[in-house]
Amino acid sequence: MNEAATSNPLILFFAAIGRPVIASFAMVGRVTLFALHTLRQALTPPWYPLRLLDQMFQIGWNSLPVVALTAIFTGAALAQQIYTGGQRFNAESTVPAIVVIAMVRELGPVLVGLMVAGRVSSAMAAEIGTMRVTEQIDAMVTLRTDPYRYLIAPRFFASVITLPILVCIANVIGIFGGYMLSIYKLGFNPAGYLAMTADILEFDDIMMSLVKAAVFGFFIALSGCYAGLTTRGGAAGVGRATTNAVVGAFVLILLSNLVVTLTAFG
Amino acid sequence: MSDQPKIELRNVSKSFGSNHVLRDVGFSVEPGESMTVIGGSGSGKSVMLKCILGLMEVDAGQIFVDGEDVCAMKQADRDDVRTKFGMLFQGGALFDSLPVWRNVTFALTRGRYRNAADMRALALDNLERVGLSGDVLDLRPSELSGGMQKRVALARAIAPRPEIIFFDEPTTGLDPIRTDVINKLIVELVRDLGITALTITHDMGSVEKISDRVAMLYEGRIIWSGPVADLRRSGDAHVDQFVLGKADGPIV
Repeated sequence: MNEAATSNPLILFFAAIGRPVIASFAMVGRVTLFALHTLRQALTPPWYPLRLLDQMFQIGWNSLPVVALTAIFTGAALAQQIYTGGQRFNAESTVPAIVVIAMVRELGPVLVGLMVAGRVSSAMAAEIGTMRVTEQIDAMVTLRTDPYRYLIAPRFFASVITLPILVCIANVIGIFGGYMLSIYKLGFNPAGYLAMTADILEFDDIMMSLVKAAVFGFFIALSGCYAGLTTRGGAAGVGRATTNAVVGAFVLILLSNLVVTLTAFG
Repeated sequence: MSDQPKIELRNVSKSFGSNHVLRDVGFSVEPGESMTVIGGSGSGKSVMLKCILGLMEVDAGQIFVDGEDVCAMKQADRDDVRTKFGMLFQGGALFDSLPVWRNVTFALTRGRYRNAADMRALALDNLERVGLSGDVLDLRPSELSGGMQKRVALARAIAPRPEIIFFDEPTTGLDPIRTDVINKLIVELVRDLGITALTITHDMGSVEKISDRVAMLYEGRIIWSGPVADLRRSGDAHVDQFVLGKADGPIV
């Protein structure tokens, strides 16, 4: 840039906006290429089924306590809030319907997505990032093993497979939380509550829940693995990668949640 | 075949932004020879190894392995060529999630868990070759001392019987006795297994023990190369300063 241009405030203004915009497009491009490369490598052997099971255990089984707690508290609080709000226009009886719809279509997938992102994206970024800065990834390549097949692909598939299972469990527990609070505190009739829940719930609600879960699972692994594999600069670099992985996963989950909500299943 | 160099670099250049790490680097390593490239920290030695391994792409120039230009190859062919290489990383780079025996046999199973009994025996074989016993088979890398980690890493690098081994600063961070142990191991392995070795180091004691030939990399260029016996009468002021380890001289 010549001197006249750099001192022009208008140019400086547009440059200040343009630089981060270009940088973010470049970032989106790199992350997309990374995802495509991983999928292409995952299609050809060698495959690592034991690594996949190990990751499914780490992501799924080990996330169960935190997911269950999140769901039961949220379901119970949700029931109370709808009851309090509903009283204002004599609509207390909508509690079971709104709990089930809010839980299955929105809160179940989003809360599980965020909780698992916090647990798992960070762990992936830290583990792969440490392997990167200690040259273990380079060593793996010299030992005839493709890190995309060995490290990345199992995490992607484990995450995409386990998230829908976790979300189903969270949905059931969340509805149960709302049910318990409604029966024991708000005085609902147990049979009536369950009948209304079953009556309201449609197949589309469950589909939306599962699609969201799988999409979130993909983004959790994408964010964690990409941040990990591109780690630079020792311990501080691993710290940055971990933060970036979690923030990236959160943003991608919330953004894709809106996109899926607006585009799919009316 | 015998008159063809095992590895040959021709006019290899590599830069990161405006930082020219390698400029027109050219040298060759003959089969069965132990070649050492010396140079200060940050002189581009590690980048050079990573370019030969295909962990980094060169900007210009050619790298031949057994007469084949690896830079012009497709990825799949390059993966095949890479099976000729083994590498001892500076920090060992052992997989800390796996026990020692699975580290050592990683290249043979490509990281899969199979033939456990055979693989343990094979791991033990290679560990004994580097002077370790079966006691370490089930330990994790973090439970080993620095010198033992280096030896396990060496066992891991030789386990698939590569044709070429790269040693990246093999003696850095070791005490003088451990340093000599590693130097001796390198000499023995190169001789007994007929491996071609390319070492990068700035440890002069190690250079004179393990090398047949030496080249010096300075500011991205090879400024001198020759038999190790000529190292101390190179007539090059840069080489003299480096070999004698003096603060005063042309290198600042």
